[in-house]
Amino acid sequence: MKKLLTGNEAIARGAYEAGCTVAAAYPGTPSTEILENIAGYKEIYSEWSPNEKVAVEVASGAAIAGARALAAMKHVGMNVAADPLFTMAYEGVNGGLVLVTADDPGLHSSQNEQDNRHYAPHAKVAMVEPSDSQECKDFVKMAFVLSEQYDMPVILRVTTRVCHSKSLVELEAREEVGIKAYQKNVQKYAMTPAHAKVRHVIVEEKLCELQKAAEHSPLNRIEWGGRKVGIITSGISYQYAREVFGDEVSYLKLGLTYPLPEQKIRDFAAQVGEVWVIEENDPYLETAVKALGIKCKGKDVLPLCGELNSGIIREAFGSPKGKKVAAGLVAAPGQELSLPGRPPVMCAGCPHRGLFFALSKLKDVVVSSDIGCYTLGLTPPLAVTDTVICMGASISAGIGFEKAFQKGGVPKKVFSCIGDSTFFHSGITGLIDAVYNKSKICVVILDNRITAMTGHQDNPGTGRTLQGEETAAVDLVPLVRAVGIKGENIRVVDPYNLAETEEAVREAAAATEPFVIITRQPCALLKDVQRARAGMYCAIDQEKCRKCKACMKIGCPALSVKGGQVVIDANSCNGCGLCLQVCKFEAITKAGE
Amino acid sequence: METAMMQQDKANKDEIKKETASKALLLVGVGGQGTILASKILSEGLVQQGYDVKMSEIHGMSQRGGSVTTQIKFGPKVYSPLIGPQEADVIVAFEKLEAARYMTQLKKMGTLIVNDYEIYPLPVLLGQQAYPENLLAVLADYVEKQAGQLKVLQAHTLAAELGNARAQNMVLLGAVVKALGLEDFAWEEVIKSFLPPKLHDLNSKAFQCGLSF
Ligand SMILES: Cc1ncc(C[n+]2csc(CCOP(=O)(O)OP(=O)(O)O)c2C)c(N)n1
Repeated sequence: MKKLLTGNEAIARGAYEAGCTVAAAYPGTPSTEILENIAGYKEIYSEWSPNEKVAVEVASGAAIAGARALAAMKHVGMNVAADPLFTMAYEGVNGGLVLVTADDPGLHSSQNEQDNRHYAPHAKVAMVEPSDSQECKDFVKMAFVLSEQYDMPVILRVTTRVCHSKSLVELEAREEVGIKAYQKNVQKYAMTPAHAKVRHVIVEEKLCELQKAAEHSPLNRIEWGGRKVGIITSGISYQYAREVFGDEVSYLKLGLTYPLPEQKIRDFAAQVGEVWVIEENDPYLETAVKALGIKCKGKDVLPLCGELNSGIIREAFGSPKGKKVAAGLVAAPGQELSLPGRPPVMCAGCPHRGLFFALSKLKDVVVSSDIGCYTLGLTPPLAVTDTVICMGASISAGIGFEKAFQKGGVPKKVFSCIGDSTFFHSGITGLIDAVYNKSKICVVILDNRITAMTGHQDNPGTGRTLQGEETAAVDLVPLVRAVGIKGENIRVVDPYNLAETEEAVREAAAATEPFVIITRQPCALLKDVQRARAGMYCAIDQEKCRKCKACMKIGCPALSVKGGQVVIDANSCNGCGLCLQVCKFEAITKAGE
Repeated sequence: METAMMQQDKANKDEIKKETASKALLLVGVGGQGTILASKILSEGLVQQGYDVKMSEIHGMSQRGGSVTTQIKFGPKVYSPLIGPQEADVIVAFEKLEAARYMTQLKKMGTLIVNDYEIYPLPVLLGQQAYPENLLAVLADYVEKQAGQLKVLQAHTLAAELGNARAQNMVLLGAVVKALGLEDFAWEEVIKSFLPPKLHDLNSKAFQCGLSF
């Protein structure tokens, strides 16, 4: 049976069909739906881990124990998981281990555009790259086989367009491979320097072996067409190239992109007039092709930054017959219109708003923020945020700020803002550092009871697992106390209550010891919250309104100025009441029940 | 039970499908407008009609008021899931500003379907920028230059009159099916398969309403 699946759904299906029994991930666009879909297969134990390092370690342990195991992450997640990755290359596996990295060329929802193909040669593990959903499923299955055959973790590298595009997939039955017998083998599974020295040699040998096999692997195929030009490509770029050049050229479509089939590349290049390498972001394939002494066109005409598409490829290479391929290249009329953008906004009723509004009232503060919906504290009119680096950095970078300011005699208070999920991911260690090294920062944990940014995943604080089962919830207050924050330096506030939030923020600003504020109010988009607040909204009494627009300063999308009047859209308003609290003329009232 | 005539009919259709190159359809709107459901229904219907289909959506931060775009391509064999500049046979814009943002994707002689409906983005709500006033004229002008066709619908109002403005996506779906010349298929069955029974009647009516444009 054929079904229309996204790449992520197909990866989940591939894991199921391959007999995978353990899967772990931390959410991150564009990879999140892989585990959400795996959770639907009862045969697989699956979990949201607190971060990617934990996920890869859970999968690694399971693989050593004898299970086929998978971990999935967005590209930057692989940085977090790099430590176990590099050493698992030495330990190898028992059951197959597949690590999915979902890269984001074009930065649809990421803080950088790193090209994770470099991880494969760097960590010395195999890498496969599917180009559509059918291949996603097939390649996961082949990756498990390769992993067991060559005794190494295998990276499955996908990109946003592969993850989030749907195409037809033939479904097959699950292969029950069971759990392989585990045998204690410390030389292989306990990486001390003495063991690692031996294992490193074995790793290099296995890669040589796999490289020979790559020459005949069905993962790499040649599609002959016109021989004037031969295109070497992989992943989604193959689809773009095929679309633009059709049968006019020949293709070496690489599915196993580490180690590369060097002889196959040489042979292909020898049989075509000219070689073009088509890939997104870094010249990963191109550098390898050039290292073989093959002349080729690639990044001299293609961009390093952003995604490719058929238009860009057409413009870069023109037609193999010499003339430029027409279509889509003429600058389209109408571009001169300057249209208002539609930047992401903090939702109406978002509980993060109160905290940022309270911070905006303070002078001499620096806000070291983090990644999540609350990153939007950066945007006007709130615009209080100074820095965002990577998950967890709000606290640790905040400490650095504070220490530097102290040395430089800069009298500024540092607030580190971090979401609940991000705090569990990698904020706790920063907080320990703040206590241990007596930093005077204030850490604000914006506890909206969910991982909101990536679409509402549960986390260790929500009391629910990936499958929605009840479980123990980490309690933030005792946790923060156990780390060493004194009780008198902890405030738990309702961010819908502005007076309370402002008071806590003022106290924190005056504190001379590490301070923690926990803002507690669930995400306004959670189904339960939406149900509970369905009838609630605020309304403006136009008689009382003096049009001072103080309420507009909270940046709520339910408020707007229409025909000179400030109005509230009752549909999007959830009655959080923040606007009402900033109105000096009592012109705003709560309505609904 | 398949009669000989039906088989012949199917063979003819298969023949036609092989001949026609792939078609590209772009749906644009704002998070929460129902673009994604409309594109799911379309893709599923196209698969059932035997096409190779690819559908790509970017919904990163759509819940937070951002633009949502879905690209659907179908034909005998589809490679790239993406639609390049001036490659869309049909664009359906659920919102006027989004129509203007994406109109340059329209192919020569393509069809632009626009829901005559405005959703203010934040810079407009904050009064930093004005919502362009003459959008329909701009769109008409552009489409004319492309020798294309512009269809302006009050999908929002029409759906509200039928019972619920949220069914606007089915009105627009009907208009797309018409523009693609794919009316000859049991679309309503597909629509029903995606919705709970209590919504079948409203959505069927909304779809029928869209077909009349
Ligand atoms: C290492 C890493 N993993 C995953 C992500 C993707 N990501 C961005 S924000 C976020 C979670 C935010 O949740 P939370 O901290 O609870 O804030 P909220 O969005 O709920 O406000 C995730 C998973 C990332 N950017 N970096």
